[in-house]
Amino acid sequence: MSRSRRRTWGKTTIGVVLTGIMLFPVYWMLNVSLTRDQDMRKSPPDLLPIHGTLAGYRTVLDEQLPYLGTSLVIGLGTVVLTVALSAPAGYALATLRPCGGGILNFVLLAAQMIPGIIMAMGFYAVYLQLGLLQSVPGLIVADSTLAVPFGVLIFTAFMSGIPGELLQAATTDGAGPLRTFWSIVLPISRNAVVTVSLFAFLWSWSDFVFAGTLVNGGAHEPITLGIYHYIGNNNQQWNAIMATAVVASLPAAVILVLAQRYVAAGVTAGAVKD
Amino acid sequence: MKQTTHPPDHRSAGVRHGAATVAPPPGPGPKRRRPTSTQWAAWAFLAPVTLYLTLFYAYPLYRNLDLSLRNYTVRSFVQGDAPFTGLANYRKVFDDPTFAPALLHTAVFTAVCLVFQYAIGLALAVFFHQNFRLSATLRALFLVPWLLPLIVSASTWSWMLNSESGIVNAALHAIGIGPVNWLTSPSWALTSVITANIWIGVPFNLVVLYSGLQSIPTSLYEAAAIDGANAWQRFWRVTFPLLRPVSAITLLLGLIYTLKVFDIIWIMTKGGPADSSTTFATWSYQLGFGNLLPAFGPGAAVGNLLVVAALVFGLVYVRVQRKQSL
Repeated sequence: MSRSRRRTWGKTTIGVVLTGIMLFPVYWMLNVSLTRDQDMRKSPPDLLPIHGTLAGYRTVLDEQLPYLGTSLVIGLGTVVLTVALSAPAGYALATLRPCGGGILNFVLLAAQMIPGIIMAMGFYAVYLQLGLLQSVPGLIVADSTLAVPFGVLIFTAFMSGIPGELLQAATTDGAGPLRTFWSIVLPISRNAVVTVSLFAFLWSWSDFVFAGTLVNGGAHEPITLGIYHYIGNNNQQWNAIMATAVVASLPAAVILVLAQRYVAAGVTAGAVKD
Repeated sequence: MKQTTHPPDHRSAGVRHGAATVAPPPGPGPKRRRPTSTQWAAWAFLAPVTLYLTLFYAYPLYRNLDLSLRNYTVRSFVQGDAPFTGLANYRKVFDDPTFAPALLHTAVFTAVCLVFQYAIGLALAVFFHQNFRLSATLRALFLVPWLLPLIVSASTWSWMLNSESGIVNAALHAIGIGPVNWLTSPSWALTSVITANIWIGVPFNLVVLYSGLQSIPTSLYEAAAIDGANAWQRFWRVTFPLLRPVSAITLLLGLIYTLKVFDIIWIMTKGGPADSSTTFATWSYQLGFGNLLPAFGPGAAVGNLLVVAALVFGLVYVRVQRKQSL
């Protein structure tokens, strides 16, 4: 494609402006997080954090660290559970062709369409009986339901692309299905593992519905509830609220910078977000 | 590089892969029976996920159905001896004065969000498809709203739309328009949550439609240009018709996800003021958890109506996808 240089730069300018408009709320979050208490209600508000202060972030360090820790534990737990469940399933569906696999695929697809609050209400009823309310493992299991169907989808798609000769060769050399899965399929599927892990982490980190219903008021609450309580309790300290929001967005930012291609792949693979 | 990780290089790899979930894995020609030992191995690998689906999807859903068919109080919720009342909860929900507004708001919310998300997403996808300097980077940045935790987006929008100190009202003031009570006035609350939700949904539409655009062969555009078609004609005669399958999938997925939007509305307005932004999703939660005296039965009933709606559109989605993968 040959276009004149000037036109390309014109488009770049438009693109930058559009991106700026789209990301304005993100900038505003940053700006407010740096605003001093006395400037919070100023009209009109400062467009730049001229009198910037880190007071909001200091509050985060003082008050929100336990929430962040809980979120981290829950996120990592969800990742492990999701990959452990969906990688073998993807392998079976992609390469072993079980009878009834089509039905299972359909069930997984339908599972993704169930609204989160309905799952939350069901989990609440079940956990109340089992005494699992306000427990971290309970929330990990609930959060993993956001990612497992997606994980199976990704692993199936990816592992279908592994050349049949490779698996044939493994069988000829005497490797059973378990050996083939562990020593050949799983190492090759590293990219799929990364994609699934990223999304499982991101979704459980961002989860508000399950956290709000299942662990609300408990000893271990994730960061989403930390922010929610903040909004409810102190309506004045918006710099602290926004600073918490910025910190809570860090995983998303890191993932976008380090693993953008995995993210794009995940979105296009029919990604789900509640 | 395998297809899943690098959709831009392949013909709409993502959407195709979506198809792979419904269609049986591509086998060579007519189905060959696998030996029984392989069948056993396959189901051994599938056993954990099957057990998981039964325990953590089917059972909570069953409990939800059970909740909606019994007259639960807080006491009987714990003891589990609520009397069976058939469809009484559903009747109660249908007769509730909130039902009609909730239905209307759900319909308006879903329709308006879908139209704008799709239109903006498509316009941006076409724009970014032109491959200018920095286009890949800027496109990646557009993903940010989609990746942020919903509570972050919702609280940021809440503060931006704050009546006294929000930047939106400050900007309106600067051009001479009086303050609008975005979140606290019944006539604006729904508009506000719709706006925030469109902002969150645009990236998904952009990315999926962009990958769809890449599957359209460049030669078609060249041919159209030789035939003297201008940019506008090229869009309506080439891009838009060829993008139809991807558009259908995008819109259907969008529909299913928008129907169940809860976090944004709940965090920004709690469905209020005076139910003016209540949808089925927030109403269900409000009934079950939002009051001091929880009404689990009616809450579950509303939720189940939502499940039915989502599954109906889900079936449509599966049909469309099947037809496309043939």
